[in-house]
Amino acid sequence: MGLNIVIVGVGGQGTLLASRVLGNMGAMLYKDVKVSEVHGMSQRGGSVVTYVRMGDEVSSPIIENGQADIVLAFERLEALRALPYLKKGGKMLLNTQQILPMPVVSGAMEYPCDILDILKQKNVDITAVDALSLAVKAGTPKCVNTVMLGILARSTDLSKDQWLELIKQCVPPKTVEINLAAFEFGYNA
Amino acid sequence: MSQLMIGNQAVALGALDAGVNLISSYPGTPSTEITEFAAKDTTRHIEWAPNEKVAAEVAVGASIGGAKAMCCMKHVGMNVAADPVFTAAYTGVRGALVIVVADDPGMHSSQNEQDSRYYAISSHIPMLEPSDSQECYDYCRLAFKISHEYDTPVFLRLTTRIAHSQSLVERRDADSTDLVPYKKETAKYTMMPAFARPRHDFVIKRMARLGADCNTSGINQMIKGTGKLGIICSGAVFRYAKEAMPEASFLKLGMCHPLPDELIKSFAASVEELIIAEELEPIVENHVRALGIACKGKDIFTLQGEYSTNMIAEALTGKKPEFDTVPALPARPPVLCPGCPHRMVFYTLSRMGLTVMGDIGCYTLGAAAPLSAIDACVCMGASVSMAHGLDRSGAVDPKRTVAVIGDSTFLHSGITGLLNVVYNKGNSTLMILDNSITGMTGHQQNPATGKDVRGDEAPAVDLEQLCRALGVQDVAVVDPFNAKELKECITRAINNPCPSVIIARHPCALIVKAKTTPLKVTDACIGCRRCMGIACPALRFENGKAIVDGSLCVGCGQCASICPKGAIVKQ
Repeated sequence: MGLNIVIVGVGGQGTLLASRVLGNMGAMLYKDVKVSEVHGMSQRGGSVVTYVRMGDEVSSPIIENGQADIVLAFERLEALRALPYLKKGGKMLLNTQQILPMPVVSGAMEYPCDILDILKQKNVDITAVDALSLAVKAGTPKCVNTVMLGILARSTDLSKDQWLELIKQCVPPKTVEINLAAFEFGYNA
Repeated sequence: MSQLMIGNQAVALGALDAGVNLISSYPGTPSTEITEFAAKDTTRHIEWAPNEKVAAEVAVGASIGGAKAMCCMKHVGMNVAADPVFTAAYTGVRGALVIVVADDPGMHSSQNEQDSRYYAISSHIPMLEPSDSQECYDYCRLAFKISHEYDTPVFLRLTTRIAHSQSLVERRDADSTDLVPYKKETAKYTMMPAFARPRHDFVIKRMARLGADCNTSGINQMIKGTGKLGIICSGAVFRYAKEAMPEASFLKLGMCHPLPDELIKSFAASVEELIIAEELEPIVENHVRALGIACKGKDIFTLQGEYSTNMIAEALTGKKPEFDTVPALPARPPVLCPGCPHRMVFYTLSRMGLTVMGDIGCYTLGAAAPLSAIDACVCMGASVSMAHGLDRSGAVDPKRTVAVIGDSTFLHSGITGLLNVVYNKGNSTLMILDNSITGMTGHQQNPATGKDVRGDEAPAVDLEQLCRALGVQDVAVVDPFNAKELKECITRAINNPCPSVIIARHPCALIVKAKTTPLKVTDACIGCRRCMGIACPALRFENGKAIVDGSLCVGCGQCASICPKGAIVKQ
């Protein structure tokens, strides 16, 4: 048994911290863990995809189409783009925030307006939360990532106290309080 | 206790624990973090060199002196470093020399998919290839050992997926950093024909010895399965293939050059069907076929991109994964950051309709719509020389052509190109986009930034003086945020019948720490969409008007400077 989590979002949204936290979670729960993401071009506001795999033995560092137990999507369009990763019966946890990609900004293409409908039509087990608003409530839009982790926490085998400890360890010391608040907002959403 | 880390960090720790004395590198994705991680240990000499050739030469010098040296680069950097490396194969080492080269199958952040294993073959240098972070650590340490024992440089080959994937690593006790005392050995280290011929002889014997030893050294592992299939593979592909075909037998190659002929023969004899799975070129496959062994390889696998578990399973079993598909969606390509000082340069060049020779860095993004400013981009430093070629061949009007290069890239390999423009009486215009950092690879220092790899103070080269010293008389400096002055400056330079350099100087938006206020759009907006042309991610168009996204805008004012109605203002 193991757990495959795909994190998707837009460069700059803080998916890196989320993958660090989940990697540490993997190391606490399982014998083996691998985290894979591609640096470079994707940091400049492009699509970002991170794979987190955990289990008794993890061979490949990547998660492919039809293999994800959970897709943690930081942005609505990226959630839809990541749908193929989800295995049958998998969960999609998504932030309803929209960030327009350049082809939409420049008017060359339109942002799909019916993303949640498409996902629902495909019978995806989906939890949609406005994580940006919750992050703002917690104190800064920058902690969308910890809100998302709060949402994810309910689907894991780690207790809430263990999660809080994990968040404390992984975020910069000065931001512990605000991140714990953001986590609570996500956890209770 | 084991720790989760990317392959690059594991390589750095492997080098430190092997007792490395010196590391000299040039940044390049996906290799950059190795040198950055290593630099956290302040007891060793670690540096960013201006390019990979210099880095390799620094490491060669150190290894001849008796030090344990390393240099790290991406695959295309190996092209730059090739000259010293091929001859260092002859000189061998007194200490140790490890050259880390990171390939990029799938071109996540590169301009080609070249396979560095060919360098190992053609330079007669052994090459190790790890398949996870633990092996990055272990093989790096082993590479130093082999280097010293066999008197040879050793390549450590990574791919993006290995360099940037995290897995668990356990460190071992560190080796000493003691130097081997230097000894003058002219015939070994001075490669002129009379001395190089016997060294070539040594190289051939050394490789024969390595080729024999790698059958039994344990670096290549035979894993017996229960099925009929046998798969030879290395690196990330081993991890994919193991997951795709758990019943198969494996010959996992930890050393991808030289190859273990005896092991390959006995492995092939032990299986009913032999498969060679390797990303990029059919190097192992050709070797196996040359041994007279039948196998399947590129007849069922591709030459392009990264492999994966699903892809290998499908090729070998026909099994296709099940998943939901989605309709065609707008792509989300990387873009220049909000506040990026390159933006106005590309907007202006595009509006002026000039032919633009581009270069390697963030500013390659100036090629994307709607800026669409760049005509060609080949390799580090090529913009300067390509513009000269366009100019002198008569192919295009030099008054309509500019070359564009970043500060770090100019220092890497643009200087000689500019010298050539002057020497051969060229007339081209070079724009150095000086954002005071090596941006694309994640903000590394370079000889123009005034800081070294650890952020400590260092001498900064004066780009204006450097260009003048090369013989360029027309050198101008402009702030690209000043759109009007920028355009005037470009117009004057392209019309000037001699080589011109424009240094467009403004620090990278990501290193500016000053607090900024986002802009807003007033009712004066007439919906002309001109501001959309600068491709700023903080600007969008809704219901016939421009809107500023306050969470992204850094208030740089580049959009405001081109608004015909003055409708974009400070909040």
